[in-house]
Formats: sequence, C-alpha cells, structure tokens
Amino acid sequence: MGVEGIGARVVRKEDKRFITGKGRYVDDIKLTGMTHAHFIRSPHAHAKVKKIDSSAALKMPGVVAVLTGQQLVDDKVGNLICGWAITSKDGSPMKMGAWPAMAPETVRFVGQAVAVVIADSKNLARDAAEAVVVDYEELPAVADMQSAIKAGAPQLHPEAPGNQVYDWVIGDDGAVSAAFSKAANVVKLDVTNNRLAPNAMEPRAAIADYDAAEEHFTLYTTSQNPHVARLVLSAFYNIAPEHKLRVIAPDVGGGFGSKIFIYPEEMVALWASKKVGRPVKWTGDRTEAFLTDAHGRDHVTHAEMAFDANNKIIGLKVKTYANFGAYMSLFSSSVPTYLYATLLSGQYNIPAIHAEVIGVYTNTTPVDAYRGAGRPEASYLIERLMETAARQLKVDPAALRRTNFITQFPHQTPVIMAYDTGDFNASLDAAMKAIDYAGFANRKAQAKSQGKLRGIGVSCYIEACGIAPSKAVGSLGAGVGLWESAEVRVNPVGTIEILTGSHSHGQGHETTFCQLVADRLGVPISQVSIVHGDTDKVQFGMGTYGSRSAAVGLTAILKAMEKMESKAKKIAAHALEASEADIVIENGEFKVTGTDKAIAFPMVALAAYTAHNLPDGMEPGLKESAFYDPTNFTFPAGTYICELEVDPGTGKTSFVNFVAADDFGRLINPMIVEGQVHGGLVQGIGQALLEHAIYDANGQPVTASFMDYAMPRADDVPSFNLSHTTTLCPGNPLGIKGCGEAGAIGASAAVINAITDAIGKNNLEMPATPDRVWRTINAA
Amino acid sequence: MSTVKLTVNGKAVAVDVEDRTLLVHLLRDHLNLTGTHVGCDTSQCGACVVHMDGKAVKSCTMLAGQADGANVTTIEGIAKGDELHPMQAAFRDNHGLQCGYCTPGMIMSAIDIVQRHGGQLDETTVRHELEGNICRCTGYHNIVKAVLDAAGRMKVSQAAE
Repeated sequence: MGVEGIGARVVRKEDKRFITGKGRYVDDIKLTGMTHAHFIRSPHAHAKVKKIDSSAALKMPGVVAVLTGQQLVDDKVGNLICGWAITSKDGSPMKMGAWPAMAPETVRFVGQAVAVVIADSKNLARDAAEAVVVDYEELPAVADMQSAIKAGAPQLHPEAPGNQVYDWVIGDDGAVSAAFSKAANVVKLDVTNNRLAPNAMEPRAAIADYDAAEEHFTLYTTSQNPHVARLVLSAFYNIAPEHKLRVIAPDVGGGFGSKIFIYPEEMVALWASKKVGRPVKWTGDRTEAFLTDAHGRDHVTHAEMAFDANNKIIGLKVKTYANFGAYMSLFSSSVPTYLYATLLSGQYNIPAIHAEVIGVYTNTTPVDAYRGAGRPEASYLIERLMETAARQLKVDPAALRRTNFITQFPHQTPVIMAYDTGDFNASLDAAMKAIDYAGFANRKAQAKSQGKLRGIGVSCYIEACGIAPSKAVGSLGAGVGLWESAEVRVNPVGTIEILTGSHSHGQGHETTFCQLVADRLGVPISQVSIVHGDTDKVQFGMGTYGSRSAAVGLTAILKAMEKMESKAKKIAAHALEASEADIVIENGEFKVTGTDKAIAFPMVALAAYTAHNLPDGMEPGLKESAFYDPTNFTFPAGTYICELEVDPGTGKTSFVNFVAADDFGRLINPMIVEGQVHGGLVQGIGQALLEHAIYDANGQPVTASFMDYAMPRADDVPSFNLSHTTTLCPGNPLGIKGCGEAGAIGASAAVINAITDAIGKNNLEMPATPDRVWRTINAA
Repeated sequence: MSTVKLTVNGKAVAVDVEDRTLLVHLLRDHLNLTGTHVGCDTSQCGACVVHMDGKAVKSCTMLAGQADGANVTTIEGIAKGDELHPMQAAFRDNHGLQCGYCTPGMIMSAIDIVQRHGGQLDETTVRHELEGNICRCTGYHNIVKAVLDAAGRMKVSQAAE
C-alpha cells in the first residue's frame, strides 16, 4: 500500500491550517464595501403578516435598506423547491404549499424571516431590526403531529388538506397479510424517533457579491454541495443564470446534512447584493441555527413483525407518521420514503414487508436529511423490534438475529434494495468477542450486588450509501442525477491537481483523495493538491452527503486517473521506444517491464506539455476528466454492542463499554474512517440519551440554544472499541462502501436496547434522560 | 467608542471599539485574528476560547474593554514559527479534529487543562475538564487521546526549557 497509499493511516494534510487558526470559513471573509444583513424573524408559529413598518429603521444612520417578502414577489424571485417528487398511494402527487424566502403574507414557524435589514455593520443592522415594526395577526398553530392530522386542526397550507403532504406505500400488502395470518408469534412496537437539531459547530453564513459591470454574482456559502446550490439558485429562483453565478464553499465547519439545502438567507443575500449594489454578508447565530437549519428525524411509528414457529421472520408491517415541519425542504420528501422504508429489511431475510408513510405539516422548523437521513429511523425501528421480539420469544437477542440474517448475496429485499454483499455473522461475531458477550451474565450479577442495573444492547445496522445510481433515483422521483465528476490536471512539472465535485467539511478529502493518487503513481501526497468547493474551478459536482464521497467521488477520480495514465503511458512508451503494453507505473516512474528502462513521471508530464516529441496525432497536455455514475447503492453494515449501567436511584446511565464492528469495504485511511465512526456514534448516542428539539403546544421552540438543547459533551460519552470486518463492495472498482453515517445509524438502538435490558422494561422513548429512565423503572 | 489597549500574541495593540464590542469581535473583526470562532453566543461551546493572562477564557462572554491591559494569546500565537505547540501537534497526530471549527478553542482549553493539572491527567479528568467545549464531529474520542498525548509532550518540552 505504500506509506501514503490506500490503507495507510496518513496524518491529514488539511490539519495545519485548522490547528494554527488559519482555516478560512465564510465568516472569516471580508469584502470591500461589505454590508451586513440581519433577518427579522417571526416570533409566532403561525400568523398573518399585516404590515411591516420600516420607516424608523430607514432613518437610522448606517442603514442601507430594509427589504421584505413582498419585494421578493415583486422581483419574481422563485419560492424554495422540494427536489424529490413523491406519489401518494392514490396516485396523486404530494401536496405542497409555497415557501417564499421571506414571507409576504403568512408565517408558519417561529424563526421564519419576514424582512431583512441591510446596514454598514452587524450591530447597526441588529439595532435597526429592533426599530422595524411588524404587525402580526396570530393564527392557531399546531406543532404536534398527532394533533395536526386530527379533524379541526389548524391548517397550514390550503394545498394540503388535513396537513397531509402524502400517504405513500411500499411493499406487498397482500403478502404481508397472508404472512401475519399464519404467524406463530407477532411482536408489536410503537416508537417515536425524536426530533434533532443538526448543530454543525459553524453556524450557516453567506456573502453575496454582485458585479454590476459583469452582471455576475459570487456567493460564498456554508454548503456541502456548491454546484447543487448554483443549479437550484439559477434554475428555480431566478436570481442569476449559472454562468453568471459563482458559488464558493470554502472551509465549512461541519454539515451533517444541514448544509445540503439552499436556504432563504443565501437567496436573499444574493438578491439584496444586487439591490443595494454592495456585498452583503449574513452570519447566523446559534439560535438562528436552531430556528432555521433543517431539523432531523421526528417520526412516530407503529410496527408489527410476524414470526413462524422457528423464530424466522415471515412478515413486517410498518406505519409511520413523518413530521416535515412547516415547509417541504429540498430533499425532505425522500427521507422518510426512499431513504427509510427501503431499509426496513435490515440485515434480515424478511419475505414480505409493507410500509405506509404519512407526511405531515406542522408549525415547526422544516425537517430534512440529518446524518443518516431515514436510515437511522429504519435501523432504530428494526433493531428495537428484534430486541423486543427476543424478549417476547425468550431467546438470546444475538441468536435471534443470527437465525434471521441474510447470508446469500446478492439479496433482493421486498423493498427495492438489492444488497450486493456482506457478512453479517462476521461483524456480529467480532462485536460479541470484543465485548465478551458470553461473560455478560456474570458482570450483570456483579453489578447487581453493587446496586447497579447492568444491560447489554445489540444493534445490527445496514444502510444504503454511495448515493446514488442516477437512473434508479430518477425513476423514484429525484430531480437530479447523483453521479460525481472529477478532473486530473497534471502540471508540466509533474505535480497534480485533482478537482472534485465532492466537498470536504471535515471528512479529510484533501488527504484521502491524494492517497489514491499516491497509490497509483507512487508519488508523494505532497505533490498532489485537491481542489474543491468552487464552481469556477471544478466543472460540476453533486457534493458530499449520504456517505458518497469515497464510493462515488473517489471512483470518479479513479476513472479520470485511468484516462490520464493511459495517455501518459503512450507518451512514456514513445519516449522509451517501447510498446505501450509493456509500460508499468512504479514509484513515480514509468518503466518498461523486465528492463531497466524508465522515465520519471515529471518527465512524462513535461513531454506532454513541450509537445516536442509526442506520438503522431496526440494532443498536447495531460489533463483528463470523468463523470462516474454508480451502478448500485453500497451497503455498509455492522454490529454495535453497548454495555452500560443504570443507577436505579437516579435513572442515570453510565457506559461500561461500547464496541463497533463495521464492514465498510475497502478503507482508504483507517484513521479517518475511525474518526467518522466515533463522531457518528456520539450523534447516535446523543439522540438516545440527550438530544431533543422540543416545541410547546403553540409551536414555540423550547430548545433554541445550547443552554436548552443537550449536546453530547466529552463527559457524556465513552471511548470506543472499533474493529472492521471486510467484504469488498462489488459495485465500484475500489470496493468502497462508505463510512460517514454508520455510527449515527446504528448507535441509538444499541443504547436503548441496553437500557431497557438493564431496567427490565421495554417501553422507553428517546432521549432516555435520567428522569425518563427513573420514571420508567418506577412505573406501575 | 473606547480605546482598548492590550497585548495580543506578544504584540501591543490599541483598538477603537464600540463599548459593547465583545473580545472575540475585537480579535476577529479588528485584528483579523479569525482563528478564534463563535459557535453559540451563550458561553456553552468554547469555540471562542483564548488565553488572557495565562488563563483560558471564553472571548464571546467578555467585553473587549474587560481585556484592557491584559495579555491575550490566541490560537495564532501559540506556535513558535514553524514549530507547532505540542498540543497542536498532538491534535494533528491523533486526528483530534475534523471540520476544524471547534479546534482552536479546544486546543486553547486543552493547554489550560494540562497546565492546571501539571500534566497529571487521566481520561476521566480530561473528559470532565472538556465539558465546556463542544465538538460535533469527532465524538471526543481522539480529542481526549490528543490531550493525554500532549500532556506528556508538554512535560517533556517544559523539562527541556
């Protein structure tokens, strides 16, 4: 593999700037003449906007403009879009109300913008915002999904009667009914998947700069996918055509899905920069992040699983209500449907599955993809069901899983997905060994003698990543293809620039992507640069989410590398007077196999650019590009086991051990992969124990700062014991499955299964706070 | 407006700021030291931690005027030229950062932790002491490793001085 090649634990190239304070995030950028935007946001969950009086604000020194939603309408700026069309079971398209970037008439969640103040400084903009008088007429609001679907509930959008966006189904209802009619046992479970706030540490920000002479916009923004932002801003929002809009996503401080979407603030900043003729900067604060970053999860589900007399699963039926908040965010519609219900087979051979998903509007912040996006909800449901079943059937939870594991691949599930490969027994074995599963009963007894309730919880997750084959997602309603593009530019001196449509906001692409080049050419990674995050530099790209950057983005780089190497070999063969078929690449040299004839890679590069002695008819230069469209999803899978103790006196949970055995296919940089798992696990544990975005009955958010929303902190979580089992993904040449979301997908169920095991009661909702655990222990 | 005189990273500066200006904004907006970040506005996340007169403080939670006459060190001021501070090196070597946004505050807090505990640290203590710094990427596993690693390195480098 070489010291810097595939499989090496290479320390990250990008770290130097971050550890020395030289990272360049959007808020660090200052432009000449820059103004500052402050949004005026609704304090009401549902209200009519009767009047906005900005006369006093406009008289304040340093105030440049106060712009309102009506002016967006007047300028024909488009409404925000939802990019994935879902069809209800009755054949009707999903029902959506319009989402303007600033509300001209009606606000539907606390924090929705109605106007923006543009001023010479941030403080002036804030001061002036205080002087803008907005006259609201409050309307009845509904924040809770179960209330929103009841007759007589306040209605959000006339387009969506009953607050229902869609009623979607998947699977074979008849086959499931037949299975249940012959079941030996049926296991039933109701679960809530709690609403989460993504909380990337860098709040969202945008700087828009309009050049009137060129009629050209530049947008610096906190985006996971700058090209998608440009596409949406151009094609749907009528702000600028693509060739007149440059989108730059510089260093981005975490995303976790929340920075996929194109938000009102960057739309307004672009539009406003042209109106005021100066650059406009907006940087959100943490409370704005809680109010306006798309939230995650928020499902309520009833599920039933049918078993035969041998404890084999014969059927599964699921009914889920998914809360979308007040508006349909960019990819929201796909999350509880094609990213959730298609994973309901878990790691198990389930011959019949039927799921119904009802999407619901409420007067809350919009909900969309957050780390895992639908797959954590599926995994949590299935793994809670398996644990519940094991308890009901009085069998060992690990053994019940083993009885039902899929062992033959490829495996077609009843819910679209065709699993390509995996070895679920191997990861379960590895995790059980790592935690000494066999010795648990003794440890539990010991803990009991010390007054502690010890529990163990297994979670065998599977996810679909490498998102995604364009034709497949197109047939399911996606508005975009999900390929990736790459370009390999070899400079005349032999240094290499890799331009990628993937975007790194913590994932370490500047290192891992170089490792592929080092592996293939034998050049040091110091000779390679990764260029990303700028639509003027990179030809196109779909960005980073869904654990797709290695499986899809790196494969695109591989394809471009292969083209470049093919041309370079021709040049080398010509220079060495050898046959192209005899040229091999080793340690930075192109060699004639079996001889001592060789030419160094920089000399090949130079030859390509001097063009003095190229094969007849060959174009000068050494630069190739590729677009790669995956052939299937990838299926990372693994087992997490959590062992913990509950103090029955306080309900407080303490971790004893947490082991993870993941199958991600080939690992490029195990150090970075482990870091991804650690982070994901803590987001999953956070969901299980701490995090919950809460609204009161009137739609007021109760958790809008880190003082109210319990983020996992260092002393809330354990260190982890990680291992890997490997089956290579057959769907891409590198055998990569992806690792970015696994921890967040698999961890929650392991924790809750362990707590419910410890306390001997099965019904426990997330987050399992000490108060909730104590009440559950002491419930009659 | 007031003039605040202080020493930042060894350099004496005098800055005219509005009285309501927070120290973090003096550093970021007036001195262009953008390594110190704002992550929460409520003194919870620690992305803004700097050292004032040798102690870790949250620069989003104090007025610039409160730093008048003080000696402030930011993330930009802890390396000696190209030689990284042992805590910086430990964060890199242990993959103690991902997106990098919380990292400057983490490093400044961690140096303070090691200094206060005289290098005598264990995992439980480090986790407890890091309670005021939030990271969303790393799950803290490698940050804890980095701090413990650096505690050893700082002892060695202090002994050498």
